[in-house]
Amino acid sequence: MDIKKSAPISVISIQGQNCTGCVTSTLCSEYPSIENLLLRDIIPGHKLEFAFHPNIMTASGKLAMEILENAAKKKGYVLIIDGAIPTASNGVYCITGEKDGRKYTILEETLKLSLDAMIVIALGTCASFGGIAAGNPNPTGAQSVGDVFSANDIKTPLINIPGCPPHPDWLFGTIEEILTGGLENVQLDDFKRPKTYFGKLIHENCPNRAYFDEGKFAKKLGDEGCLYELGCKGPITYADCPKRLWNGRTNWVIGCGAPCNSCTSPEYPDFLGDFYERIIDLEVPANKRKAKIQENKFLGR
Amino acid sequence: MKKIVIHPITRIEGHLKVEAIVDNGQVKDANISGTMFRGIEIMLKGRDPRDSVMITQRICGVCPEPHAIASVSAVDDYAGLTDKIPKNGILMRNLILGTRSIADHILHFYILSGLDYIDPVKVLEYEGGNRNLNALKYFLQQGYSRPFLPRDDIDYKFDAKTTNTIVGHYIKALDIYRKSQQAATIFGGKWPHDAAIVAGGVTEKLTADKITEFIWRLEEILDFVKNCYLPDAIAVAKTYSEYLEIGRGCGNLLAYDSYRIKSNGNYNDTLLKGGLVDNIDKYSEIDINKITEDVTHSWYEDSEPLHPGSGETEPAPEKEAGYSWIKSPRYNGKVYETGPVADVLSTYFGKQDPYIINAVNSALSEIGTDISGMYSVAGRHLGRALSTEIMADQLLKWARELKAGEATAVEYIPPSEGKGIGLCSAPRGALGHWLNVKDGRIYNYQVITPTAWNASPKDKDGQPGPYEQALIGLEIKESSRPIEILRVIRSFDPCTACAVHMVTPKRDTIARYKIV
Repeated sequence: MDIKKSAPISVISIQGQNCTGCVTSTLCSEYPSIENLLLRDIIPGHKLEFAFHPNIMTASGKLAMEILENAAKKKGYVLIIDGAIPTASNGVYCITGEKDGRKYTILEETLKLSLDAMIVIALGTCASFGGIAAGNPNPTGAQSVGDVFSANDIKTPLINIPGCPPHPDWLFGTIEEILTGGLENVQLDDFKRPKTYFGKLIHENCPNRAYFDEGKFAKKLGDEGCLYELGCKGPITYADCPKRLWNGRTNWVIGCGAPCNSCTSPEYPDFLGDFYERIIDLEVPANKRKAKIQENKFLGR
Repeated sequence: MKKIVIHPITRIEGHLKVEAIVDNGQVKDANISGTMFRGIEIMLKGRDPRDSVMITQRICGVCPEPHAIASVSAVDDYAGLTDKIPKNGILMRNLILGTRSIADHILHFYILSGLDYIDPVKVLEYEGGNRNLNALKYFLQQGYSRPFLPRDDIDYKFDAKTTNTIVGHYIKALDIYRKSQQAATIFGGKWPHDAAIVAGGVTEKLTADKITEFIWRLEEILDFVKNCYLPDAIAVAKTYSEYLEIGRGCGNLLAYDSYRIKSNGNYNDTLLKGGLVDNIDKYSEIDINKITEDVTHSWYEDSEPLHPGSGETEPAPEKEAGYSWIKSPRYNGKVYETGPVADVLSTYFGKQDPYIINAVNSALSEIGTDISGMYSVAGRHLGRALSTEIMADQLLKWARELKAGEATAVEYIPPSEGKGIGLCSAPRGALGHWLNVKDGRIYNYQVITPTAWNASPKDKDGQPGPYEQALIGLEIKESSRPIEILRVIRSFDPCTACAVHMVTPKRDTIARYKIV
């Protein structure tokens, strides 16, 4: 087999208000494995170069800041941001590093590094939609990358890969789509999520769907039946978990008998009601969310 | 006098900064600073108590499972379910926590700390058939080097042969990490952030094939722990033997009871025995009512040190005396370190378990040190490896006790009011969750994490936290590349997202958080 090699694509990863769960999730990628991603190719002929990644790079401190600066000089990199961006008090709630006595916030780094990126990937629900970090009452003014882009008129292409955590295939699969098919051909939904992974509701592919259709609902955890009455948010959640499964296809949320809590949705975690209570006041399946109504109900309880 | 600032500290969880004042090559003072503020507890107010198990896992994506266990224990406690959890439920929770902790320790030793001791570039001299090493060699030969280079040149001490063995384990560790998480997911549902852990037990139904699959997956992990990880941790202690003296810290340890096991027919005993170990080897029982949190040098409005679950905290990012978002937990006003060394030694002295005494003593005699060697940089790596080995042996035993087809959970019928406490051993040490429920909703929720104990700033009496104490007195060879500081800090396995999880309510303009 002859493979034409293209120049390596530089990847810069920066972290805002995160829990590092997006990293530990992607660290469990199977195909490609992290070993192959680091040392070989993402797919034969296409190499990623991890120019800056706080969890795996050798260097710390000043040298790490210089590495970031130099990596950003080579335009056209992939910028991956996980965690939300706190915008209150000029971003003081997340300081990522310091050089020559000057402190840098994740807000500044996002604004600076986004400009010369080929694509910005907001990894995880915090970076995509604010998520847990922006949970009510959101005192740090935590925002999604998209909101920061709108507020600062940044036009760099953005893809959201939500999930708490995101599945590793959603990230690396999307990068593979970009490298092989071109960025312009990646189909996104209204929330900038790749349709390949977020095009269908959990409900549409759920193995418990037959139970739902025949009205057989579990009354308590552990019962046979659809988990709708126990709070499953599958009917309003876009993700391919039922088909893809998690962690080497060993299991997934509904597969282990627990209700989906809609972690890929913009409304997660505040505006969907209690995790173990039936979805209220939402159309099933729902394309139009009544998030505002939900919010009022939730806050007024 | 010279000030050394390291920010960011990479290869840890989260955002951390170190400032050290160095005079004549020796650290005179150190300030540890958590530089990211987010928050979880306030979000829980008003929610269904069961939701805390899902939400608090999101405090940390490196170690979510202990938050799930501490939180579910607090909810079980409040709901009066602790003694009703079916045997399968107890065992599966142990298996999820234990397997994921093993994964976490392996990740820490190789991926996070490894590059402080081994030089992957030496693989260029490698002549052999190991596929992983040859992939790395070819990678370097082609001129690639990120994320391993650029780096500061430091004193790598292993010879080429040992280096290549450990570098091979570094690459293999990525595979074992993935496989460990897969094994635990058989019971937990998903990594990270398990979905199957719920008040009353675990939702996953047990079948013989799942138990079999878990046991065989575990086999490969155990092999790696015994034949790679533990020997490599011992090799670091022997080769970098000066690090058995360096980074001693406060010399006092604190641990909580963890992993319920059977004794006289019920599950009221625990594998790991909590307690306090003062001045290297003086064991005593712990009274959690003596825990307080001090905010003298934290970016919060001043108040007296308070017990978790009482008091008021208001963030003050401009506070003059503040230098960290982390608070200072203290026990009876004293500084305590927590972590795997605390778990192992508290059980060693408090329970006198012959198996654990033997495991610790044989490793220490192989290295040629005694118990006091555990209080050091190399000792912390060893303690982590020993707790991994102890856990690995238990997991197989627990997996064999599972009964396919039998109940894994009991029904959750919540009282409208009540309080609950959940304590457990997280990979980084003692983790506590405090829950207070009124009218069926969460009224107050409080978490004290291991890294808050360890990375805490100075308190009102000027006592530095454990990281800071471990740095004070440290000899620095070259202030432009202070690898000594990084080795000390990483030996604690920092998890700063865990340490700083407080948040303030919006109420539109007023930022005020009241903990009642």
